[in-house]
Amino acid sequence: MSAGRFSRWFDRKGWAGLIIGAPYVWLLVFFFLPFLIVLSISLSTNTPTAPPFSFGGEHPVINPSAYVRILTDSLYVRAFLTSLFNAGVAALLCLLVGYPMALGLTRVSTTWRNVFLMLVILPFWTSFLLRVYAWMGLMGKNSWFNGLLTDAWNILVPMDWAVKSVPMMHSNFAVVLVMVYTYLPFMILPLYASLERLDPVLDEAAMDLGSRPAQVFRDVTLPQSVPGIIAGGMLVFIPAAGELVIPTLVGNASQPMIGRLISDEFGQARDWPMASAIAVALLVLMVVPTMLYSHFQAKAEGSK
Amino acid sequence: MKRRSTFLMTVLGFGFAFLYIPILSMIVFSFNSSRLATVWGGFSTKWYASLFSNQKVIDALLLSLKIALVSSTIATILGTMAGIALARFTKFRGRVVFSGLVTAPLIMPEVITGISSLIFFIMLADWVGWPGARGFTTITLAHITFSMVFVSTIVNARMVQSDRAIEEAAMDLGSKPWQVLFDITLPVISPAILSGWLLAFTISLDDVVITSFTTGPGSTTLPLLIWSKVKLGVTPDINALATLMVLTVGAGVVAAGVIMFRAERRRLADERLAYRNND
Amino acid sequence: MEEPFLRIEGVSKSFGAFQAVKDVNLAVGKGEIFALLGGSGCGKTTLLRMLAGFEEPTAGKIFLDGRDMAGVPPWERPIHMMFQSYAIFPHMTVEANVGYGLKHEAGLTKAGRAARVAEMLDLVQLKPFAKRRPHQISGGQRQRVALARALARQPKLLLLDEPLAALDKKLREHTQFELMSIQERTGVTFIVVTHDQEEAMTLADRIAVMDRGEVKQVGSPTEIYEFPNSKFVAGFIGSVNSFDATVVDREGPNLRLSVPGLGGAVIARDVPGAVAGQKVSLAVRPEKIQLGKERPTSPNSFQGHVKDLAYFGKDSLYRVALGDALVQAHAVNARRGDGGARIVDWDDEVWLSFEPSSAIVLVS
Repeated sequence: MSAGRFSRWFDRKGWAGLIIGAPYVWLLVFFFLPFLIVLSISLSTNTPTAPPFSFGGEHPVINPSAYVRILTDSLYVRAFLTSLFNAGVAALLCLLVGYPMALGLTRVSTTWRNVFLMLVILPFWTSFLLRVYAWMGLMGKNSWFNGLLTDAWNILVPMDWAVKSVPMMHSNFAVVLVMVYTYLPFMILPLYASLERLDPVLDEAAMDLGSRPAQVFRDVTLPQSVPGIIAGGMLVFIPAAGELVIPTLVGNASQPMIGRLISDEFGQARDWPMASAIAVALLVLMVVPTMLYSHFQAKAEGSK
Repeated sequence: MKRRSTFLMTVLGFGFAFLYIPILSMIVFSFNSSRLATVWGGFSTKWYASLFSNQKVIDALLLSLKIALVSSTIATILGTMAGIALARFTKFRGRVVFSGLVTAPLIMPEVITGISSLIFFIMLADWVGWPGARGFTTITLAHITFSMVFVSTIVNARMVQSDRAIEEAAMDLGSKPWQVLFDITLPVISPAILSGWLLAFTISLDDVVITSFTTGPGSTTLPLLIWSKVKLGVTPDINALATLMVLTVGAGVVAAGVIMFRAERRRLADERLAYRNND
Repeated sequence: MEEPFLRIEGVSKSFGAFQAVKDVNLAVGKGEIFALLGGSGCGKTTLLRMLAGFEEPTAGKIFLDGRDMAGVPPWERPIHMMFQSYAIFPHMTVEANVGYGLKHEAGLTKAGRAARVAEMLDLVQLKPFAKRRPHQISGGQRQRVALARALARQPKLLLLDEPLAALDKKLREHTQFELMSIQERTGVTFIVVTHDQEEAMTLADRIAVMDRGEVKQVGSPTEIYEFPNSKFVAGFIGSVNSFDATVVDREGPNLRLSVPGLGGAVIARDVPGAVAGQKVSLAVRPEKIQLGKERPTSPNSFQGHVKDLAYFGKDSLYRVALGDALVQAHAVNARRGDGGARIVDWDDEVWLSFEPSSAIVLVS
């Protein structure tokens, strides 16, 4: 009897509970709980113990000093600004390169479009680390690419400014360049998705009403692709701002980005509260606005 | 009216050059006989030979594959459940939190995920004595967590597209909901599950940041090995390793693309034929 | 001869090996409603797109008001189009859609523009919806936005691509008359592309029937319907009974035909070009056939039995077996039968007849 009751319960509710419950519990334990721990550590005091933090002493419950340091210490403020600047420039450049590429993709024949789309997606599947590494080879002092740039520079500028090689590595320029390279597909794909959806008849309607191609682009194509621009921008900006691999390999060590700082505070300085506080600040600054935006965006879409 | 703009086609050409020249250059220099990785000194395959005799590289590759296999499989099961739950159960307590949990890891900077996973494992060992040493287990757990949300995104997208009526038809014909899941839903979305698994596998195989936080002594995955060497600069044997990895993955993706393209063309041809024969 | 307002001269269009439009010659007068009628793939839409400037003819010329349109891009043509899907800009309000084309009109002040938009919205009775977005209005309202938007620039020629196809039946009838009244008030020349013969017949002053890229016949709705010049046109517009026939001889103003399918001779009105012994087609419209139980006096009378009938209320369609042939007759139910019984019912023996003037002889 009880077996029958169980199977009835399972058919109606139990199986649904299992399907929702398993991933729910997993994410709560392995994603949400760790984050709560980080959040609480960010409000603790750094001590020379193991693990290197404790609650108590001067600030028994909450010690906000890590957050105060983020706001006042120029090291952290500069790191945030550098991160935001590099990620912002990278996102903007990705847009400038990616938009015409995505638009071009919608204008070629179907066969070529499939080939080109595959070429855009292919880097996704190849190692991120190796794509960064590929640029290290190109930017190095003795590389053919650097040699090419050096020759071009020396031809263009007066003799006095001539250089032996272009100092590309270990600079913000290198960081932005590699970011654009590695994140460009993240910009092209959402842009392509939103451009491809547009009805070409609307272009014709605008032309029919007296718009030249450039005006058609400004009045019809561009405004309708704004969701794609925002999606692509966020997909580039957010991971770029928290990037650790790129600044470590090609960046300027004296101008660290946030990701590097979190890792250093945690590893070398063994200051867990500080590392946690920077992580929380990064999250509040970037991830929360994104999630709110996409939440309201989904709501607005739903009401249409 | 077909509008083909010279400007757009030029940008497209330069864009692809930008995307592929660095990789091609790396491949070319993997055959360089010179020790200086960026100066050409003649053709040679010696770096490949030294790669295959390097036990460290082989061990790291095996560990990476083991982690990727286990984590992507578990991530696919959990991610598929989450994707189905989000698409089919529109009303349950905590749904908002659940959908937040499923999207958050997608946009969470890897450093934060990595550091919070590490702190979690240290604290857990402190409280309950498990996991004793970090390595295969902790890396795998972390990989499952962040790759399952990619699977759930793909599955959810496919579920939203699929016709609800076929599931209702199965229930109408006497199937219980969980039978419908196995008889109808899973077969229909199986291509999405497969691509989810492939993505999870690749992400796991490729990950540096989260792995570097959750690993312990003696557990070096291939990306970690490359990471530690690359930090010191460009070397020809890494060029060779990179070439092998890029070509393997590239061949796989191209093959998958061609197979999918052929299947699609086949399906269209079949449909046309059926249409004509029934006319 | 006076130059017509719109002259299409020997226009052809090929896409690769496929010839979409073949040597079309048409003249449309100012203020006319002219319909291009044909099935899908007949080339009517391609012709329309050449008028709008989205396609250039492979051969031939288009003159509007005496001006050669060759090489004039769409945005410079005084020709506007109402698209089949309406092509309303989804990211602009109704008002912004209607005013969009006016942005390109130099010398129009902001106030002038607003006034013109208001005037157009008034014309199509959409004033209260000016601030709405396209997804907040109905299909019929979208159609009127598209119309107002195209008319706002005061085009010399308005092209309407299947203007009523997306509307439901009831709305379609109403909109038909509204379109005609708007055309009358604005005096703009309309060219309507449609696959729907009824739509073409009610809207247009003249119709060009197209098939496989060619214009088959041009004429008023009555001409096209009552005097089709080919089997294709007769069959495309309305329904028709058609039979193979042979010309026997002339009899006064009429022809005597031998029609094996009807099992006898038929007297039909003479047509130019018919000679004795020639193979021709005989076409008779179902509503031109009288049906009764008594033998009529008409020279063309045949007896058969009712095989099928469809009762529509005000009229009925009969399918009468006559030898091997099935003849369709469409009769108005002018009287009521007794107690629900029909006057002519299934399997009844009936007489069919038609006047010589109703019989259409098609030489080609």
